[in-house]
Amino acid sequence: MEDDALDITPYPHRHLLGIEGLPPNEISLFLDLAESYVEQNRQANKTGSLLHGRTIINLFFEDSTRTRTSFELAGKRLGSHVINMSVATSSIKKGETLIDTAMTLNAMHTDVLVVRHNQSGAVKLLSEKVNCSVINAGDGSHEHPTQALLDALTIRRRRGKLAGLTVAICGDIQHSRVARSNIYLLTTMGARVRLIGPRTLVPCTFAHLGAEIFHDMNEGLKDCDIVMMLRLQTERMHSNFFPSVREYFQYFGLDYEKLSNAKEDALIMHPGPMNRGVEIDSEVADDIGRSAIREQVEMGVAVRMACLEILTRESAKAQNSAETPNPAGAKF
Amino acid sequence: MSNKLSEPLGKVAYTNARLLDPKSGLDAVGGLLTEGESIQDFGPGLFRDGVPDGVAEVNCGGKCLAPGLVDIRVQLREPGDAHQGTIASTVRAATKGGVTSFVCLPNTDPVIDDMSVVEFIARRARKLGQAKVYCYGAITKGLEGTELAEMGMLSESGALAFTDGDKVVADAQVMRQALSYAATFGLLIVQHPELESLSGGAMNRGKLATRLGLPGIPREAEIILIERDIRLVEMTGGRVHFAHVSTSDSVDVIRRAKDKGLDITCDTAPPYFALNETAVGDYRTFSKLSPPLRAEEDRLAIVAGIKDGTIDAIASDHSPQDEESKRLPFQQAAFGGVGLETLLPVSLDLYHNGDMELLDVIGRLTSVPADLLGLTAGRFEKGTPTDLILFDPDEGWKVESHDLLSKSKNSPFDGRPVQGRVIRTVIDGRSVFGADA
Repeated sequence: MEDDALDITPYPHRHLLGIEGLPPNEISLFLDLAESYVEQNRQANKTGSLLHGRTIINLFFEDSTRTRTSFELAGKRLGSHVINMSVATSSIKKGETLIDTAMTLNAMHTDVLVVRHNQSGAVKLLSEKVNCSVINAGDGSHEHPTQALLDALTIRRRRGKLAGLTVAICGDIQHSRVARSNIYLLTTMGARVRLIGPRTLVPCTFAHLGAEIFHDMNEGLKDCDIVMMLRLQTERMHSNFFPSVREYFQYFGLDYEKLSNAKEDALIMHPGPMNRGVEIDSEVADDIGRSAIREQVEMGVAVRMACLEILTRESAKAQNSAETPNPAGAKF
Repeated sequence: MSNKLSEPLGKVAYTNARLLDPKSGLDAVGGLLTEGESIQDFGPGLFRDGVPDGVAEVNCGGKCLAPGLVDIRVQLREPGDAHQGTIASTVRAATKGGVTSFVCLPNTDPVIDDMSVVEFIARRARKLGQAKVYCYGAITKGLEGTELAEMGMLSESGALAFTDGDKVVADAQVMRQALSYAATFGLLIVQHPELESLSGGAMNRGKLATRLGLPGIPREAEIILIERDIRLVEMTGGRVHFAHVSTSDSVDVIRRAKDKGLDITCDTAPPYFALNETAVGDYRTFSKLSPPLRAEEDRLAIVAGIKDGTIDAIASDHSPQDEESKRLPFQQAAFGGVGLETLLPVSLDLYHNGDMELLDVIGRLTSVPADLLGLTAGRFEKGTPTDLILFDPDEGWKVESHDLLSKSKNSPFDGRPVQGRVIRTVIDGRSVFGADA
């Protein structure tokens, strides 16, 4: 029985571009494997040699500290070479360079490309032009699959399960890739998702994704197991999504008063970086008993190790040798 | 038969054809006789007793013979961006698609806000001896939406009507003056109906845009602008034509305005009755159009609007974009799709799906748009130039972008199986595409 299970390819895709469309068993595969790396990462000697000789390139078209560092550590702890490339989008001719860069890196026999880009769909576009595996480390407002996986791992370790939990995601849902990936993952695994924020940041179209929508935070937090706060992108202030930080905090910032509507042991999460006093009160963020924010960062490395391992497995490659990339001139 | 411009044309008899002339309502098997560049005679009984001596015969084999298509919305990229399309490549694409006359938008570089540009394009196109190219003049100088262009003089030099192309005349006061001033000369204003401040997105607002994380363009952007301009037509007594309407509410609003007797017309383009937003799929930039592809209910309303005549004409909205403009992340990619070579077969969907009679579909592609702009093309009429197409409405083929003659290949119908193919295109009596060409 177990031998049979090893024969089939548990993750039959070359890339990890998003959570949407992944069935529960594939999501669990990442979470279960990540679980084993949590322990390894707590040892004094954290480095293995599973990916010895492999090359991983972190290709970041958008600034990032924690995601990039997390992938870098993950790659190094598995024994692979990791190279970081930061391409400031402002200094390049748009897009042209995206494809050209992809082709260049492809020619260098990279095993995994970890890509972040400020445009929705850009990572998929790039993945069509390369032979290696691509991990989406965040594309525009579309998806951020490894963030959703690390959030799920954090929740699962604290609560022992995902199914049946009620998770509130609060803040700028409209522009958030973290929210989208979390909605797909949590609903697929049987959790209920609530989205909370002003109508300008939580439009009704999100109901189509299988989430419940609330515009009153007290109401939305009622009996929630998990409260996930998103970073408020204050640079959006000029677009009239909300009138001021002060007003935003009053109605949608997380403080103990609003939190009292949730379950007594409700877990507080935040993908970071936090704006203290904007979307979350410092006191709440630092509440060791309830905040899982630091644990999320720890889980990040374990989850990314699992992603790198699964995508570099030979079996996955063989299974998908038919999925050849489009040459430069192919349909797009 | 000859297609050399210099050689004189004799008499040609088109026999055994299904004659389709939407203007006169003719749909019958018969023949058509041309002499030199003009139509001499046509009708069901013609050549019953055989083709007279000295007349060349083209046996149509029972296929459809119709006036050449008149496409009232085409973007030329010459002068300006000839790498995306030249006058020559555009007329070749048109001719292959059965379009014998088309009207180009003024968004060339330089803009068609000056008589010299109208004349330049006319001269270039005439030399090629293929599809006839007409121009719209700009409503505002430089398409900047502020100062009116010299509509009177542009009209005298050949501009058929006025539009700011794929840019909306955003300022209500400018639009008011444009309608008013154009009405002085009985000129038509063509509007790209899209409220700019609501149109910052990349695709139709809704579930799919939410999923893909793309900013949406709400349908209200189109509806509000149409509603505004209808009020301005009422106020000024002007005449407006809305290009490429795409939403169900636009059709409703225009239907009501027409019922009130206002001088309002509109067209749509094949993507809006043959595709919906799902064509965007996973960030397919060939499906990024302006206006964006809408929801299925909108598509159905567009079909109904064409059927009941609320939507007068069908135009290709041919918008060439080079590969570099489309090989980008969706939000950064250019809007637009080429359409000259797919205009007929995709429009024939309306016939094949049982929505409309063949003759009616052809009418929306020929005499109706011609009448809107005061062209005498798009009909069979004795003594007028012989611009016609022979086509097989049933022949199936697959649209492949690399087979297109258009210099830019950005077809939203790439890969789509279609029915209906042009066999021969005749312009001024000469076969310029198909047999003998």
